[in-house]
Amino acid sequence: MFAELNSILNTSPDSFKPGEFILVSDKHTDASFLIHHFLSFYLRAGCKVCFLGLVQSFSHYSAISQRLGVSLTQGREKGQLVFLEGLKESLGVLLQGEASKETRTMDFLRDPSSGLRGLYDFVRDNVRGAVGGAEEWGPPVLLVDDLSVVLSLGVSVGAALDFSHYCRATVCSELQGSMVMLVRCEAEEEEESDDEGSERLLRGLIHQCSLTLQVQGLPTGYCRDIHGQVEVCWRGQCDRQQAQKKLFQYKVHDKGASFFARGMSSAVL
Amino acid sequence: MAAPKMSVGKPTVDRLPCNTTSFQKKSRSKLVSIPGTRPSIQNGQLIVSTGVTSLDYVIGGGLAVGTLLLIEEDRYDSYSRMLFKYFLAEGVVCGHELYVASALDHPNDILQELPAPILDDIASPKTVEDQAKSCDPESQDAMKIAWRYQHLPKVQTALASSSRFGHYYDVSKTMDPEICQAARCHGFYLPEHSTAVTSPTATTSGQSPMPETYSSLLNNLQEVIHREGFDGSVPQTKSRNILRIGLHSLGSALWDDDLCCRENPSHGHALTTFLYGLRAMLRSSLSVAVVTVPSHLIQNRALMGNITRLCDTAIALESFRGSERETNPLYKDYHGLLDVRQLPYLNCLVCDLPDNKDLAFKLKRKQFTIERLHLPPDLSETVSRVSRGELTGTAMVGSSGCGSGSTGNRHLDF
Repeated sequence: MFAELNSILNTSPDSFKPGEFILVSDKHTDASFLIHHFLSFYLRAGCKVCFLGLVQSFSHYSAISQRLGVSLTQGREKGQLVFLEGLKESLGVLLQGEASKETRTMDFLRDPSSGLRGLYDFVRDNVRGAVGGAEEWGPPVLLVDDLSVVLSLGVSVGAALDFSHYCRATVCSELQGSMVMLVRCEAEEEEESDDEGSERLLRGLIHQCSLTLQVQGLPTGYCRDIHGQVEVCWRGQCDRQQAQKKLFQYKVHDKGASFFARGMSSAVL
Repeated sequence: MAAPKMSVGKPTVDRLPCNTTSFQKKSRSKLVSIPGTRPSIQNGQLIVSTGVTSLDYVIGGGLAVGTLLLIEEDRYDSYSRMLFKYFLAEGVVCGHELYVASALDHPNDILQELPAPILDDIASPKTVEDQAKSCDPESQDAMKIAWRYQHLPKVQTALASSSRFGHYYDVSKTMDPEICQAARCHGFYLPEHSTAVTSPTATTSGQSPMPETYSSLLNNLQEVIHREGFDGSVPQTKSRNILRIGLHSLGSALWDDDLCCRENPSHGHALTTFLYGLRAMLRSSLSVAVVTVPSHLIQNRALMGNITRLCDTAIALESFRGSERETNPLYKDYHGLLDVRQLPYLNCLVCDLPDNKDLAFKLKRKQFTIERLHLPPDLSETVSRVSRGELTGTAMVGSSGCGSGSTGNRHLDF
């Protein structure tokens, strides 16, 4: 959990807005440090977290969360965290090729045209939580890292947008929980293809979300001390509240990230 | 090695359980007994050498076990093939097992062409340091005018880390067959494996995203990993070892993939699905993979971006051979440019970012060096300096000769 980011977003583990759909996107850089922030944030807030880790192994997130002060193994044992290890499940699907009985979660690997229905079923089953047990955990949270990898694996943009729409309807509207998704894009210098997958996905998701954090490299070039810039944009839900944008630069450390206004990096001053 | 963060983490178990990944932080108290590997200085990951010491330095110390290095080939596949052979030769010298897959040359032919290791190579890295040290006392006397700069370190163009890791190879000789024979090697030669005419996946209702070639390679690789016990399934009575996987020229037309042939390939997601499966396999076993892709044939840059993001470390080679830059005086010392496209974040939030991204390589007989590209001072009388930005810009267009001619009007006639 990054304290500076909490103050920028005006949230804390004790008080955060319910029903938020937060979209994290990046271009030519890696914004997964924000996913680690949100993971430790919501675990500290006591929410029930469903994490779809499609690109990295569980021990990767566990090691980083350890440095941020949260134990993922403990969370998994207590039932607060449900973790889908996409890589592990995918091997069974890719190698054998026949329809497996239990896990239909990663079915889109075998047949990309079928869409992300199996993944949504997994989310729906795990986000509701134990019906019999007491409501010891807070509102449910869904974290996806990252959604654009399914585009690389052949799933269409429409299917990915359907998935996020269904998840939003279940998690944010029905259960008043929150959702955080990471989308990675490729910036095109010239618009050679209009229907470039990840750009369309990004535009569709920006339309659906309530808060975006767009991470980019510095427009002036590569710098070792400033890793990039983050543009935070609140989309106005009510009539009187307009969309509000703020721009920060950031540097990622071993145990966190620091955010500062443009030109105020300690390396420059 | 005395990084404080290593003591913060919990000490992990020594044996590798079969259902967890190999990304376990090895604590210092339990020394890892796999030859040819060492824990990384930055984050305690277990790393192996790529065979080229300057490449190890550029990618942050070495290749982490369980990750994938993508090499974007240069135009004639000359230097990328050299790096591929260095990687395999390093495996032979360290005693690792090898897995070589190729569609063009038989893996046995590739193994016979490996460069010979220089086993008494303590002399070669020291000479660079010795020269640097010997220059300093001279320069201290020499700095009479610019004495304020005396305390600054001399700019080192050669990239090398202080501790030695990896071996040096002599490119002009091939490895002794006896040394080669001692290494266990598994080969996958595509023409021998493309036997099945009717694949079972084609009869299912959906369309399989991977062509038969990639799925048979993936199955074969999984079978080797499982049989030899690299994924911890077989309790290894002998000491643990690393499997070095080399996959040559994936994505080319020989692998039944039209990624390089068309702008909108029909199997657009074949290679990315394969790389996803490979990533899953690497994360759960003690292996490290190097994949070369002929990226100069891929017209769709977005696809190349997808491929890069599914790999951990990615470098691109661009050789000057056959281009106009071969005769350019700026690049006369080098054979090509090397671009580090991506470095992985493994078990930590940061990775070791380089401070300079302009790198060039040259292949000498005993060393493949990667150096920072910098402009030497122009001491000629006529100020006819062509800036580097113009060079790289116009060379992309392909007319650096014309470019320098058109900037001849920089001669300001006062």
